[in-house]
Parts: sequence; structure tokens; C-alpha cells
Amino acid sequence: MSATGIGAPVRRKEDYRFITGKGQYTDDLTRPGQTYITFVRSPHAHARIRRIDASAAKGMPGVVAVLTGADLAADKVGSLICGWAITSKDGSPMKMAPHPAIANTKANHVGDPVAVVVAETQAQAKDAAEKVVVDYEVLPAVVDPAKAQAKSAPQIHEVAPGNTIYEWHLGDQKAVEAAFKGAKHVTRLDIVNNRLVPNAMEPRAAIAEYDAGNDSLTLWNTTQNPHVARLVISAFVGIAPEHKLRVIAPDVGGGFGSKIFIYPEEVVCLWAARKVNRPVKWVSERTEAFVADAHGRDHVTHAEMAFDGEGKILALRAKTIANLGAYMSTFSSSVPTYLYATLLSGQYEIPQIYCEVDAVYTNTVPVDAYRGAGRPEATFVVERLVEVGAREMQIDPADLRRRNFVKKFPHQTPVIMAYDAGDYNASLKKAMELADVKGFAKRKRESARAGKLRGLGYSTYIEACGIAPSQAVGSLGAGVGLWESAEVRVNPTGSVEVLTGCHQHGQGHETTFAQVVSDRLGIPIENVSVVHGDTDKVQFGMGTYGSRSGAVGISAIVKALDKVEAKAKKVASHLLEAAEADIVFENGQFKVAGTDKVAAFGDVALNAYIAHKFSGQELEPGLKEGSFYDPTNFTFPAGCHICEVEVDTETGQVEVVAWTAVDDFGKVINPMIVEGQVHGGIAQGVGQALLENTTYDTDGQLVTGSYMDYTMPRADNLPSFRVETTETLAPSNPLGIKGCGEAGAIASPAAVINAITDALGTEEIAMPATPAAVWAALQKVNQSRKAAE
Amino acid sequence: MPAVSMTVNGKPATADVEPRTLLVQFLRENLRLTGTHVGCDTSQCGACVVHVDGKAVKSCTMLAIQAEGANVTTIEGLANGSQLHPMQEAFREHHGLQCGFCTPGMIMTAVDMVNRKGNELDDHTIREELEGNICRCTGYHNIVKAIAAGARSMGTGGARKAAE
Repeated sequence: MSATGIGAPVRRKEDYRFITGKGQYTDDLTRPGQTYITFVRSPHAHARIRRIDASAAKGMPGVVAVLTGADLAADKVGSLICGWAITSKDGSPMKMAPHPAIANTKANHVGDPVAVVVAETQAQAKDAAEKVVVDYEVLPAVVDPAKAQAKSAPQIHEVAPGNTIYEWHLGDQKAVEAAFKGAKHVTRLDIVNNRLVPNAMEPRAAIAEYDAGNDSLTLWNTTQNPHVARLVISAFVGIAPEHKLRVIAPDVGGGFGSKIFIYPEEVVCLWAARKVNRPVKWVSERTEAFVADAHGRDHVTHAEMAFDGEGKILALRAKTIANLGAYMSTFSSSVPTYLYATLLSGQYEIPQIYCEVDAVYTNTVPVDAYRGAGRPEATFVVERLVEVGAREMQIDPADLRRRNFVKKFPHQTPVIMAYDAGDYNASLKKAMELADVKGFAKRKRESARAGKLRGLGYSTYIEACGIAPSQAVGSLGAGVGLWESAEVRVNPTGSVEVLTGCHQHGQGHETTFAQVVSDRLGIPIENVSVVHGDTDKVQFGMGTYGSRSGAVGISAIVKALDKVEAKAKKVASHLLEAAEADIVFENGQFKVAGTDKVAAFGDVALNAYIAHKFSGQELEPGLKEGSFYDPTNFTFPAGCHICEVEVDTETGQVEVVAWTAVDDFGKVINPMIVEGQVHGGIAQGVGQALLENTTYDTDGQLVTGSYMDYTMPRADNLPSFRVETTETLAPSNPLGIKGCGEAGAIASPAAVINAITDALGTEEIAMPATPAAVWAALQKVNQSRKAAE
Repeated sequence: MPAVSMTVNGKPATADVEPRTLLVQFLRENLRLTGTHVGCDTSQCGACVVHVDGKAVKSCTMLAIQAEGANVTTIEGLANGSQLHPMQEAFREHHGLQCGFCTPGMIMTAVDMVNRKGNELDDHTIREELEGNICRCTGYHNIVKAIAAGARSMGTGGARKAAE
């Protein structure tokens, strides 16, 4: 392994600009003649818009335009869409309601845009927005997904009676029922997977600019997938033809899913920029982000697991109600279905699984993929059932897991996925050693002496990443293929630009992708640049989410590098005057086998362009190759996280005192970056388990609408983490990469709750396990103990 | 509009501003020093931390006119020419950043922490002192490591103190 090659903890190439304040995020950009836009948003969760009086606003200083949903409709701007079609069990299609970028007749959640003000300065736009008078007829609202389908619930969209978007299922219901009949033990749980706000630290932003001379538009946007944004805005919303719209995603400050989606704001900026014929800039405020960015999770689930007399799992069944909010966001339908139910087999051999999912509309912010997207919800169901089952049957929880682990590969689960490689026992064993599980009893006694309860919780999770084989997802309803593209451009001087359809917003692609190229071509990593995030530079790509950039994005680069090497060998054969078959490429040099004739990579690159040694008829000049890589399977990262907590019985405060993660990500390109991804994922999962909750009151007002009320994990809420890996290579891609971006967030909530419930001696604790909730649970435990005495 | 004058990263800066202009807006919009970021509206995230007369301040919570006559240092003024400040170097060495958005505020807070607490910072102190800075990417693990290392490096004369 070289100092900068595959497997080396190379320090990041992108860091210099960020640590010196020279990053270029969307809000850092200014266009000549730029105006500012402010959105007037509904203060009501559900309200008919009777009339909008913009006259006072139009008279305010600096106002350029005030635009409403009626203007948008008059210009025939299309609706936003959800791009994954789900079919209900009765065969009917999902009920996708229109989603205008500015509500025209009815606002359906607090924060739904109802008008916009364009002005010379941001302050003027905000001042004028205060003067837009909207006459609302306030309607009753529904926010609780478990109540959305009730007959008495207010109806949000005409197309969706009972607020039901789909009633979907997966698995063999009859076989599952039969298995439950034969069970020796059944574990039952009611689970609420709490609603979260992704909260990337950079608020969303957009600048749209219209070039009247060419009738074209440019959008600078905080997006994880500029090409998908361009496609949707062109083909569905109809703002501009694809070739007349350029989308640039400059430095983007975190996404975690929330910047995948195509939102009203960027559409409105583009539309308004053409209307006022000046650049239009929007930067979200944080409180605005709470009501405008897609939320995550929000499942209500009843789940049951059937065991035989030896603790072998016979079957699992789950019924989930998924809250998709007021509109169907871009990929929302896929999250509680094909990204959730397909992972309910966990790391276990479960002969039969049946899952029903009802997706519902409510008067809340739309819900879509958030780090893990469906897989954290699945892992929480499976890992809580296994843990509680072990406790009920008085089997050691690690032992129960071991008895049920999938041990032979490939393994076909009853819920679509075919696991191709893994060693679940290896990660469990290593994690138990690192966490010193043997010493836990002693530590528990020491905690008890200090008046504290101590608990230990496991989460042996699996996820499906490397999203995704296009044919497979197409058959499941996806509106897009999920391949990735790459182009490797070798310059005449031997330096290289790699163009990728992935997008980085914290993942360090500019380093890891360059490592792969440097390693393969034997050139210094400084001579490699990674180009991404601009539809004018990169021809097409599907973006970054679902832990796909390594498994899919790097695989595309590897395929392009194969072609570069093949072409370069032809050039070298002319340069070295040898048969192409005799050319070998090693350590950045082309050699003629069995001779001392050598050409450096740079020499070959130069000769490819000057083309003096061959005629253009026998070999095309140049050295630039591209690839579209479509995976043949998902990848299946898996591992074991062990959380240890101490609970203060007086205050209910939970302290995470130790964290051990052992993950199998397949081939690791940069271990430093991979560990960082795991750290961040764990923090988000611990946030979900202990701190974060999105609370609406019954009228649909968001109670947790800022960092004053929504508890973001701080440094003092978290421990240092012990993170290690095991390795089984993914057989479906050239380097054996599985993906690491979401593992922490997927594994950790179950580990935390398993640890807390272990400490408390009750399973009745919901997320987030706040001090108040833990304290209340402890009082219940104490009361029932007293009653028993 | 009232005029405001201050010294920013060692250079004089003067402008006419609306009275309601925040220090962060003055830095970002008037001076085009866009390394200082805005991540929330409630003074919690700390992405906007700069030094005013040698002390860490959330520049989203101070009016520009309150900084009249002050000596302000932003992330852009921390390095000594091409030589990075040891805290900047430590964040890179220990992978203390991912998306980079909270990073300028983290680094400015970290330097202030060292100025107040000295060069030997234990993890507990660093974590408590980071109460006013939110990062969504790193889980803080490597930020804590970076600050401890950067603090030591600042003490060993590995470089100079912050620019002020």
C-alpha cells in the first residue's frame, strides 16, 4: 500500500479551503444584479386561501415583485413529483396529490409557501413579506399518522380518501400466520420511530439566473444530486428544457438526505428569475428550514417475532403506518417500503416475514429519506424484537443473535434481498472483545455503588447500500435508473481530472476518488482532481445518497480506468515499438515484457495527444474514457454496535459511557474518512434515541421549530467512539466496496434503547429517552416492584 | 445610514450600514469575508464565531455598530500568510471536519478556548466548552481530538497565537 493509495488514511485534499474560510457554499456566491426572495408561508397547518392582498407589500421600498400560487398556475408551472411508484396490495396505484411550488387554493402544512416577495435586499424582501395579507379559512388538521385514516379525520387531498396514499405489503401472510401458530414464544412490541429534522448545518439555498440572450437558466443549489434536480425541474415541473438548464451544486454543507429532494424553493427561484429577468437568491433561515426541509422517520409500528423452543426465529410480522406529511416528497414512497420492509430479516435466518405498510398524508412537513432511510426503522424493529425476545426467554442476547445469524452465503431472504457476503459472528465477536462485555458485570456493580444503573445494548444491523441495480429498482417502481457515471480525462502532461456523477457534501470524495486513481495509474495524488456538481461539466449522474458513492461511484471510475489503461497500452505499443499484447502496466510505467523498454505514464499521455507515433486512422488521439456502471446487486454492509449507558436514578439522565462499533464495509479506501462517517452516523442515531424529537401540537403547529426547542446532539452529549472494521468483500463490484455513510445512524438507536432498557429493567421506553421519560419509566418500575412486594 | 469602522484581520474597514445590520452580515456582505457562516437564527450553532478584541463572539448576535472601533479576527485572518494556524493544521490532521460548514466557527472557538484555558485540555473540558458549537457531520470525536492536539501545538511554539 502506498502512502496515498487504497487503504491509506490520506489527509483530505478539500480541507484547506474549508479550514481557511475559502469554501464556496451557495450563500457565499453573489451574482451581478442579484435580487432576494422571501417566502410568505402559511402559519396554519390546514387552511383554505380565500384571498391574497399584495398591494401594501408591492408598495414597500425595494420590492421588485410579489408573486402568488395563482401566478404560478397561470404560467403553467408543473407540480412537484414523487419519483417512485408504489402499488397497493389491491393493485391500485399510490395516490399522489398535486404539489404546487406555491399553494394556490389551500395550504396543507405550517410553512407551505403561499406567496413570494422579490426585492433589492434581503431585509427589504423580509419587510415586505410581512405586509402580504392572506385571508385564510382555517380548517381542522390531522398530524398523528395513527389518526390520519380515521373517518373523522380532515381530508387533505381529494385524490386520497382517508388520507391513505397506499396500503402496501410484502411477504407471505399465510405462511407467517402458520409459523406463528407453531411458535413456542412470541415477542410483541409497539414502536414509534420518532420524527426527526435532518438539520444539515448549511441551510438550503438557491440562486437562479436567467440568460435572456440564450433563453437559458442557471441554478446554484444546495443539492446532493444536481442532475436529478435538473431532470425533474425540466421534465416534470417544466421550467426549462434540460439542455437550457444548468444546475451547479457548489460546496454543500451536509445533506443527510434532506438535500436530495427537489423542493418548491428552487423551482420558484428559477421561475421568478425569468419573470423579473434578474438573478434571484434565496437562503433559508434555520427556523424556516424546520418547516421547509423534508423531515425523516415518523413510523408507528406493531411488530411480532415468533421463536421455537430453542430460540430460533420462525417468523416476523409488522404493521407500520408511515407519515409522509402533507405532500409526497421526491423519494418518500420508497422509504417505508422497499428501503424498510426488505431489511426486516436483519442478520438473521428468518424463514417467513410479512410486512404491511400504510402511508398517510397529514398536515405536517413532507417526510422523506433521512440518513439510513427505512433501514434505521427496520433495524430498530428487528433489534428490539431480538433483544426483548432474548430477555423474555432468558437467553443471553448475544447468544440468541448467534443462534440465528445467517452463516451461509448467498442467502435469499423472504423479503427480496439476497445477501451476498458477510461474517456476522466475526463482527459480534470482535465488538464484544473490544467492549469488554466480560467485564460488564463488574462495571455494573461499580455504577450501582455510585447510585447509578448501568446497561449494555447490542445492535447487530444490516443495510442494503450500493443503490442500486437499475433493472431491480425499476421493477419495484423507481422512476430512474440508479447507476453512476464517471469520466477520466488524462491531460497531455499526465495529470488527471475525474468527473463523477456523485456529489460530495462532507464525504471526502475529492480525496478518496483521487486515491483510487493515484493507486491505479501510479501518479501522485496531487496530480488528480475530482470534478463534480455541475451539469455542464459532468454529463449525467445520480448523485450521492444511500451510501452509494463508494460502491457505485468508485466502481464507475474503476471501469473508466480500465478503459484508460487499455487505450494507453495501445499508445505505449506505438511509442515503445512493441506488440500491444507485450505491454504491461505496473507502478505507473508501461513496459515491454521481457525487455528493459519502459515509458512513464506521463510520456504515454503526451504521446496520446501529440499523436506523432501513430496515425489517427489506426488509433484515435487523446486519452479520455467514460463509464456508466450499473451494479449487479445491492451491497450489504453489516456489523455490531455495542452501547453502554449509565442512568442517574434521581434525574433520569442517561450518559452514553462507552461505544464500540465493528463494521464490515468491504474494501475500505480511506480508513480515516470511513471512521469519521461512522462517528457522525452514531451521533445522529444517539440524537434520535436520546435527544431529538419533532413535536407538533394537535393543531399542527410545530412546537420544536428551532434549536431552542429541537435538541441537537452537542459534544457533551456524546462519548468518544471505538470504531473498527472487519472485512468481507462485496462480490458485486470491482473493488469489493460496500459503503459506510449510513451504518452509524442505522445501528445506533437500537443499541441505545437496548442499553437503557437493560439498565432500567423495563421495555417501556420510547425515543427519545429524555431524562423526563426515563425518570417516569423508573417510577413505574419502582411502583410495580413495590406492588409485587 | 450610520457609518461603522473597525479593524478586520488587521485591515481597517469602514462602511455605511443600516443600524440593524449584524456583524456577520457586515463581514459576509460588505467585506465579502464569507468564511464566517450562519447556521441558525438563535445563537446556538456557533458557525458564525469570530474574535472581537480577542474574545470569541457569535457574530450573528452582535450588531455591526456594536463592533465600532473593535479589532475583529475571522477565519480568513487566522493563518499567517501561507502558514496555517496550528489549530487549522490540527483540524486537517485529525479529520476534524467533513462538510466544513461549522468548521470556521469551531476553529475560532477552539483558539479562544486555548486562550482562556491553556494548552492542556482534557476531553471533558473540550466537550463542555463546545456547548455553543453544533456539528452535524463528525459526531465531535475528531473535533475533540483536533482541539486537544491543536492546543498542545499552540503551546509548544509550533506557531504563534491567534492573529490578535
